[in-house]
Amino acid sequence: MQAGMPPITQDLIAQHNLTSEEYQKILAILGREPNFTELGMFSVMWSEHCSYKSSRVHLKKLPTTGPRVVQGPGENAGAVDIGEGLCAVFKMESHNHPSFIEPYQGAATGVGGILRDIFTMGARPIALLDSLRFGELHSPKNRHLVKGVVSGIAGYGNCMGVPTVGGEIVFNDIYALNPLVNVFCLGIAKKDKIFRGTAAGVGNPVIYFGSKTGRDGIHGATMASDSFDDTSEQKRPTVQVGDPFTEKLLLEACLELMERDLLVGIQDMGAAGLTSSSCEMASRAGNGIELDLTVVPRREPGMTPYEIMLSESQERMLMVAKAGKENECVAVCQKWDLDVAVVGKVTADGILRVLDQGTVVAEIPAKALADDGPRYERPYQPPAYQDMLTNLNYDLIPDTKDANAALLTLLESPTIASKRWVYEQYDHMVRTNTMVRPGSDAAVVRIKGTNKAVAMTVDCNSRYCLLNPYEGARLAVAEAARNLVCSGAAPIGLTDCLNFGNPERPDIMWQFVMAIEGMKDACERFQIPIVSGNVSFYNETNGLSIYPTPMLGMVGLIEDAERTMTQWFKSEGDDIILLGHTREDLGGSEYIKVVQAREQGSPPYLNLDTEKALQDCVLSLIRGGFLQSAHDCSDGGVAVALTESCISGPEGTRGAVVTLTKGRLRNDAVLFGESQSRVVVSVKPSHRHAVLDHARSMGVPSDVIGTVSGDRLVISVKNEEIVDGMIDQPVSGLLDRWACALERSLNHV
Amino acid sequence: MNIGVVVFPGSNCDHDCAHVVKDVLGHDVTMVWHKEASLAGLDAVILPGGFSYGDYLRTGAIARFSPVMQAVKQFAGDGGLVLGICNGFQILLEAGLLPGAMLRNRSLHFVCKDVYVRVENAATPFTSFYKPGQILRIPVAHADGNYYTDPVTLAGLQANAQVTFRYCTADGKVVPEVNPNGSLDNIAGICNAGGNVLGMMPHPERCVEAVLGHDDGRALFQSMLTSLEQKKLAVVR
Repeated sequence: MQAGMPPITQDLIAQHNLTSEEYQKILAILGREPNFTELGMFSVMWSEHCSYKSSRVHLKKLPTTGPRVVQGPGENAGAVDIGEGLCAVFKMESHNHPSFIEPYQGAATGVGGILRDIFTMGARPIALLDSLRFGELHSPKNRHLVKGVVSGIAGYGNCMGVPTVGGEIVFNDIYALNPLVNVFCLGIAKKDKIFRGTAAGVGNPVIYFGSKTGRDGIHGATMASDSFDDTSEQKRPTVQVGDPFTEKLLLEACLELMERDLLVGIQDMGAAGLTSSSCEMASRAGNGIELDLTVVPRREPGMTPYEIMLSESQERMLMVAKAGKENECVAVCQKWDLDVAVVGKVTADGILRVLDQGTVVAEIPAKALADDGPRYERPYQPPAYQDMLTNLNYDLIPDTKDANAALLTLLESPTIASKRWVYEQYDHMVRTNTMVRPGSDAAVVRIKGTNKAVAMTVDCNSRYCLLNPYEGARLAVAEAARNLVCSGAAPIGLTDCLNFGNPERPDIMWQFVMAIEGMKDACERFQIPIVSGNVSFYNETNGLSIYPTPMLGMVGLIEDAERTMTQWFKSEGDDIILLGHTREDLGGSEYIKVVQAREQGSPPYLNLDTEKALQDCVLSLIRGGFLQSAHDCSDGGVAVALTESCISGPEGTRGAVVTLTKGRLRNDAVLFGESQSRVVVSVKPSHRHAVLDHARSMGVPSDVIGTVSGDRLVISVKNEEIVDGMIDQPVSGLLDRWACALERSLNHV
Repeated sequence: MNIGVVVFPGSNCDHDCAHVVKDVLGHDVTMVWHKEASLAGLDAVILPGGFSYGDYLRTGAIARFSPVMQAVKQFAGDGGLVLGICNGFQILLEAGLLPGAMLRNRSLHFVCKDVYVRVENAATPFTSFYKPGQILRIPVAHADGNYYTDPVTLAGLQANAQVTFRYCTADGKVVPEVNPNGSLDNIAGICNAGGNVLGMMPHPERCVEAVLGHDDGRALFQSMLTSLEQKKLAVVR
């Protein structure tokens, strides 16, 4: 044993979150007792966060292939062919645990981590989106978290010069002690210049570059693999500190290194730092790596091998260079004022061997660390309370008496209200590609040098997922795809960020397994491959779990950027048409939560074939130039969708006069129910018949419900020949409520 | 024309400026690394937006020591056109090429949105394609755009028509409610006494192509390039 290392005891093993079975497996792999450094390396690599030990058997079920897929799961990010020799490279990741403990740095380093995943692949990042979940804003702590997270995202993304073009935020007290920060990034790379994390070529030099290694973030991955309790805020030292300026230099240096054809492989040092980057690169190539810690750039003296191997200091990369190209690599890094050192070489023996001052301090088969971690088929079963959640007797809920008040209440709900206060703090225009800014169904960025554009959205209704995780996951896929289609894009790929509670609990594991099944079925029907992803378990504090939140980041392609569509009404006198069928879908709706104070019922009905027909219909209408606007009906139903079409445009507001067919439905279901597979479109009157005929030919219900007109939103419902006025509001008043609600809640006025 | 775009560590609107000059307006662009000491062969220089040196210490405070800034001073002193956008404006202030300083936005937040500005001086080489008093829709994106200077300097700027752009309403009223950062006198951009150095917080390079929504910024670059062409013609004659 080396001097100064603590002996391996039962306590020490437990402190490293390793079970006794897992420790036995380590003994078997090594054929001896691990030393302290090795124990630390196993503990981070075999953590839930790095090893996916509870999820991997289920993730395998997801569809990951397709004609456009260039890189599926298993690399730093996924890549999808967008034509003309280019790929969209994208991924989404969570930074939930650190953001609760230290919101600014937690969120900032979340952005930093996902950016590195993208440019490591050889892609220049061109867009960021964020999906956030917080507790309700009546609590000062929650307001503090929102402000901290938003500042952190802004601080990092703005400085990097990568626009934050969209996202979504939902407020629910279930997230009060476990807020979610999921960050999506997309970059563009040449298809034949994708870089991977591989340590190929025995003898090739291994080069460290970026920031110096410090003592921050040690055991970050382990923290992210554990539940919280009242002492969690003491874990603040495990949160890393971001330096976006260095990351910007790192980005430019990486792209320059790649341009000059100096590299064999490259990987960023994210969770588990130097340990994960070295063993994963070695394992992918079937090789080993020998590292000499003596030359690793450090922030302070006296760091132990344990600390250096486990540090999660940000803005660091490991590259394997072509033999003989070391000096050129070093020169590029030095041009960008980065620390750089040749720290090792690729070996043939498959061992990750770590030396310090000439002594071997760790010696572990790389594959054992990276790929041979434990796998669990954890037991799962639906919880006893599930029926209680879904059983909702609508007879006990009176129909709306005052639809005007209900609409205003919904518009002021922070989940529905405009997120302007948030996105105005993000630079969403830098790189001059942003065609559709935050606030429409999907963000759209053009691809310079082509006629194409890429649309992106992040979606998940976690209340639906709580009420029925299988249906909730299908609904999330359907909504994400519908959002893209409403922008004129065909969905081409998906990344997921699966946020759940403690997988050791059978009810949570059931939610997870059901959600995977739902995603699988929907993605297969829509033929959308899942090319990258991330799992975040243990979003639980004092035994209370978040709602299951399988967040999806979906990417769509617009072949002709001029055919990009937005959600707001354009011209006085246009016809408004509702595509799709309205059912009595109040279960799990925002209306039932906000106005009736219940989070119950069955989520909306979804038929995948109906949904696909609707999406095909809308996309072909947009491509044919028949539509003026298209907006998906989601939270708050058709009433909120119509309101948003009236008030969300950048060129001012429009009014609308609308009559909805009621049939046998309740008024609140007609107005605020969240029936799926519906889109509100507006068309020039001269296109009305062509649109209706086209919808009919594709089997999609269509109904001319009104006209873009005046400066009020007037909605009536019609049963047979009886017409009842429901909503009559000046558009300016709706705009004020919707646009300012979030800021007012945050400032508590 | 050959336009230099200076790249400081942390510049992030350098590509956007180059795209406008080269891809949209069809002129040559030279990316000038901040360690260069010469601007020989360039017809004009743009200091782009971004976060030079991470905005650590103070915006523009470290960039002004970059070797290229000596050359920029020389270039401006010789009458060359220098355009500083956002962080570039902040650097021009720190370097003393324009008077005043930037404070944090009144809101203390970064702000990114479209604003309206009024062209207060259409007689500079950067604004000759605009009409006096013309109202432009143009994006801002900054955390430190709250322009400040002492009353004497401000009076001098006003008297010499060096205030080039002011924040205004859509119909041209200069009122504090539409000032996105709290700047003195709603100042969005100023030029030097010679009119050949312009600093502005709004991003004209972000509104040059209609496909991105608006193209009110295009005329600024056209003014600049036309003025350079005329100068060259005058020299030839």
